[in-house]
Amino acid sequence: MRRRGWYALLLLPFIGTLIPPFYNHASPSLFGIPFFYWYQLAWVLVTAGLLGIVVLMTRDGRV
Amino acid sequence: MSSAALILGVLVTGVTALGFFAARWGGANLRDLEQWALGGRSFGTIVSWFLLGGDLYTAYTFVAVPALVYGVGALGFFAVPYATIAYPIALIVLSKFWSIARHRGYVTTADFVRDRYNDRGLEIAIALTGVVAALPYIALQLVGMRAVFSQFSTLGAMHALPALTVAFVLLAAYTYTSGLRAPAMIAFVKDTLIYVTVIAAVTVIPARLGGWGHIFSLSAAALAARPKPSSIFLGPPQYFTYATMAFGSALSLFIYPHSITSVLAARSREVIRRNAALLPIYSLLLGLLALLGYCALAAGISTKDTTSVVPQLFARFFPNWFVGVADAAIAIGALVPAAIMSIGAANLFASNVFREFSPQRSQVETVIAKRLTLAICAVALLFIFFVPVPYAIDFQLLGGALMLQIFPAFVLGLWTRWFHPKALLAGWACGLLASCAMAYAGGFSANYSLHAFGGTLTGFIALYSLALNLAVSAVLTLLLKRGTT
Repeated sequence: MRRRGWYALLLLPFIGTLIPPFYNHASPSLFGIPFFYWYQLAWVLVTAGLLGIVVLMTRDGRV
Repeated sequence: MSSAALILGVLVTGVTALGFFAARWGGANLRDLEQWALGGRSFGTIVSWFLLGGDLYTAYTFVAVPALVYGVGALGFFAVPYATIAYPIALIVLSKFWSIARHRGYVTTADFVRDRYNDRGLEIAIALTGVVAALPYIALQLVGMRAVFSQFSTLGAMHALPALTVAFVLLAAYTYTSGLRAPAMIAFVKDTLIYVTVIAAVTVIPARLGGWGHIFSLSAAALAARPKPSSIFLGPPQYFTYATMAFGSALSLFIYPHSITSVLAARSREVIRRNAALLPIYSLLLGLLALLGYCALAAGISTKDTTSVVPQLFARFFPNWFVGVADAAIAIGALVPAAIMSIGAANLFASNVFREFSPQRSQVETVIAKRLTLAICAVALLFIFFVPVPYAIDFQLLGGALMLQIFPAFVLGLWTRWFHPKALLAGWACGLLASCAMAYAGGFSANYSLHAFGGTLTGFIALYSLALNLAVSAVLTLLLKRGTT
């Protein structure tokens, strides 16, 4: 049951990306790219990282 | 002949040869359905990564997403959160389904539904949904290929059709002989070309256009000046639309027959789990490609046929030989998913409509599935000849709404036996009817404006009809259970 707790991390991408008013603005921009765009691209990487953590921490030996 | 056309021709011919050669990969008996349709369930992490990447990121991604951003601005970027949150969902749903499917020998989602609910009607409903939703998706791959081929014909899109037909007939032929091994092998070439092209595009094009800051300000001005103005940011009424399109699309991505086919071809549950964490790398490409829609705006590319935006951008900024490489990336990027989609749809029809699921499979299903692959390719080809392009994209979005209606029976069924099969069937039917009615009422738009509680909420049709489907399934289950006890 303790291991299953790691799956809660997977809720973060939903909260981070599905509420547009949080990120629907221009600044701060990055390399000229408005916040709206680079913020969502950053979530792709963050989500991959979170998935990596969950996959590693919940391995059950069945390969 | 230009060097671009020559390189495109050589690469497409090369992958065709690879497709036929794939029949020899692993020395399998291709009369066995698990060998032909699922590559013998033998693919490891790397093969699966290329196959799933090749399968999920289609011509729709490379052509239609940038076209949407070019056309409507910020709203088109919904594909990025969609391609992000699809993977947490995939990790949970698919690793569960993979284990059950391996244990019980399932090849399709309808196999599982049949085995769980023991209801023939529900099995056929689930199978037909997948087949119907796959057709416009395959047709869209052809739209992508046509956008590329028509670059080489000064006379317009009609003259691209012979090349398109030849490429597609060859695709049907090698899919028939080699099964899933063909797209799996070609996916290596496809994904390599795509990565090279996208990296070249984001290195070369923004610099030539004066940097991202300049691109965004030019795009904002161009979008605002349109007859129907839009913006590089969302308007507050679009928040709900944006979120529902991302969430609804993410829920449906992995229940499409082509996704399931590639997932079940994996060797182990761990392969699926690892890939859920590794596949988002492709979503980064998708996001960068989406931004090419703005590059096209900034470059002043003006066209009514928005699907040609990316090929036109390549033609303007790349040297001629590299235009051939980039266009081959798009064309082959359309062939791989088209092959897997036709295999997935054919499996459903052969295993769950013609016959019903049984753990003891005969080779008859394989023969039927192989022939059906040809039939499905033919229908998709007819689609492109007779259905105008803008409608084809709308049909694909409607297909996604239909696809999502198997969610209660399939995905919830992985965890619970609570639902009554007849209730699920009724919920499915209500969801389908509601999707079609909303699509019709909205002039085949993917979004519907719901007027309720004194306000208007414009959201993705798929989620509205899924909510209705779930409500009907739950209420009828309660009523039917009360009746029997």
